[in-house]
Amino acid sequence: MGKKIAEMTETGVVTVKSSDSGRAASEVGASDGTTQHFEILVVGGGLAGLSMSAALASAGIAVAVVDRDDPENMISVPYDGRSSALARGSQQMLAAIGVWPHMAAAAQPILDIRVSDGKIGRATSRLFLHYDHQDVSGEPLGYIVENRATRLAFQAHLPTLPTLTRFAPNELSELQRGADGMPGANRVRAVLKDGQVLTAELVIAADGRNSTLRREAGIRSTNWDYPQCGIVGTVHHERPHEGVAHEHFLPAGPFALLPMTDGEKGEYRSSLVWTESRALTPHMLALDEAAFCAEMQRRFGDSLGRLRMPGKRWSYPLSLMHAERYSDHRLALIGDAAHAIHPISGQGFNLGLKDVAALSECIVDARRLGLDIGSPQVLERYERWRRFDNMALIATTDGLNRLFSNDLPPVRLARDLGLAAVNRMPGLKRFFMSHAMGLVGDLPRLIQGRPL
Amino acid sequence: MTKVQDRTSVDAAEIEKFSAIAAEWWDPAGKFRPLHQLNPTRLGYIRDHVAAHFGKDPAANQPLAGLSILDIGCGGGLLSEPLTRLGARMTSIDAAEKNIGVASTHAAEAGLEIDYRHATAEDLAAKGENFDVVLNMEVIEHVADVNSFSQAACALVKDGGATVASTLNRTPKSYLMAILGAEYLLRWLPRGTHDWRKFLRPSELTSLLRAQGMKVEDISGVVYNPLNESWRLSRRDLDVNYMLFATKPKADLV
Repeated sequence: MGKKIAEMTETGVVTVKSSDSGRAASEVGASDGTTQHFEILVVGGGLAGLSMSAALASAGIAVAVVDRDDPENMISVPYDGRSSALARGSQQMLAAIGVWPHMAAAAQPILDIRVSDGKIGRATSRLFLHYDHQDVSGEPLGYIVENRATRLAFQAHLPTLPTLTRFAPNELSELQRGADGMPGANRVRAVLKDGQVLTAELVIAADGRNSTLRREAGIRSTNWDYPQCGIVGTVHHERPHEGVAHEHFLPAGPFALLPMTDGEKGEYRSSLVWTESRALTPHMLALDEAAFCAEMQRRFGDSLGRLRMPGKRWSYPLSLMHAERYSDHRLALIGDAAHAIHPISGQGFNLGLKDVAALSECIVDARRLGLDIGSPQVLERYERWRRFDNMALIATTDGLNRLFSNDLPPVRLARDLGLAAVNRMPGLKRFFMSHAMGLVGDLPRLIQGRPL
Repeated sequence: MTKVQDRTSVDAAEIEKFSAIAAEWWDPAGKFRPLHQLNPTRLGYIRDHVAAHFGKDPAANQPLAGLSILDIGCGGGLLSEPLTRLGARMTSIDAAEKNIGVASTHAAEAGLEIDYRHATAEDLAAKGENFDVVLNMEVIEHVADVNSFSQAACALVKDGGATVASTLNRTPKSYLMAILGAEYLLRWLPRGTHDWRKFLRPSELTSLLRAQGMKVEDISGVVYNPLNESWRLSRRDLDVNYMLFATKPKADLV
């Protein structure tokens, strides 16, 4: 299980070109007709890229974000019907950068998480772990939000940021980052597909798991592949979920129903994350709605009444990816470009937001001292801050998957006892909960809900 | 070069030492790594004290806008460039010509306008120039004649202006840390960078400044944490590195 593949890439070609005549920092964002200068260039307009841009612009930094996709397409339903679990820290951060008010109504608070161990077609084991928000602070443990609602919120918020410029749909046709000690080394210069030229002090790669910028920089990554897929979509159910998130650990992997806000016609809805073996997944996807729902019902039981799934199903192969470094000369990787994590613990977007919070804090702190915001010191601080944390979570996720995707009776008994033991130790449970809520460790200011 | 070497406060051997390593000023992993690491703490101290003195908001985009600042012994421009970004109008001088070359080239590349000059504090004082703020950062311990230097440096401060100095204390601990530790053990700095006997105690520096009519407003220690390779200000520990902020009274108050 968990085949490890080292992805090799040839060393990226670094082009060197002397910089354009200098411009004082106070004039950034200005255009001289051919070249537009910004402080930061963000490549990729997914959730990580948009959060990064909004966070930087909230501190008055001149930022350009280049995205291949048309913003109008991104908010259409077929583009992405998925939902994300937002940890408390992530919600606090979105509030601190001003995006949350635009999405609060579409966010379902998670009041309770029930984790149990089970077998298909049988009652779930009685030994289960129960997280109640009253155990921590009385505040929700997190939120479930449709990605589309998050995108709409950014769409509403971005135009209010005067120092942010969006280039979409557009893409890079050329990027020069210079090399240490060479003329022009302290600027990046990008040529867009339509011929516009942008310069910046630093480029941030938010171009996803198969990041072109990462590969061109010669940054290698480690990949783990799992023999499972995640099937996701929106489930309608007969009875209200009361804000409870259910996670059943089945032999093929976790099966989760996460509470969503009610649908347009008042339907009770939950977001499905169903881990299934790769061999079985195509068959499950090919089933008609009634048969697919019957399979769900066999796994989940009837606590929410009859399950229905009128919308689309998506599936993603489970895998992990971790970049060996998060930075290169005048380049920083964030989100999926630095680490991609399969949906077992719903941490992907949260990890990306932590990167955004940490990197924007490193940049803003340097800028307030007048320091070069794209210097190795800034990138070093960011990498030290985030890489270990991400690595720890990736290791935990890998371990959890191995532990729970296992049907050997002794392993099952051990994990049931483990879950029950955790349930009986309030201190330990609170720690796990706080961790899942994203409130443990050396937290960036934005994650604490404070401004940059 | 000759004109500068004739000046009293400049030590010819000291200039040679720095010219040899000038090109390495901007390499954060190179010989000046400790200075790069110290930079955030020094800049924060300068920004906060100067902004407070001139009634400006230290959190503003350009908190030092409108102020003229002289950086004495600017080296490669490690302080001058950030202070320019913070809005200051910088004049930066160094007695080593090569440093001025390195600094000017680097600033041009960064698109920053800085008035770099191969000159000494005495040169500028003789011309009657003056500035809102005069910086003496890590220079006093390198000058040959401390009295002549402090006289010139203080004359360069406008009435109502301020000066910021940072230097090394002359204590057994500073001998251990700055000479044995930094130069011999860790090889952070080339051997012979510092002469411990030239270090000034805070009381000595204070007397020098008072003799020039300056009022010392703050003295803070700067302490190194080897675990995260960073520096921080300390109210109490002035044993090795320390910084000082002093003001010059307005003419009508003298």
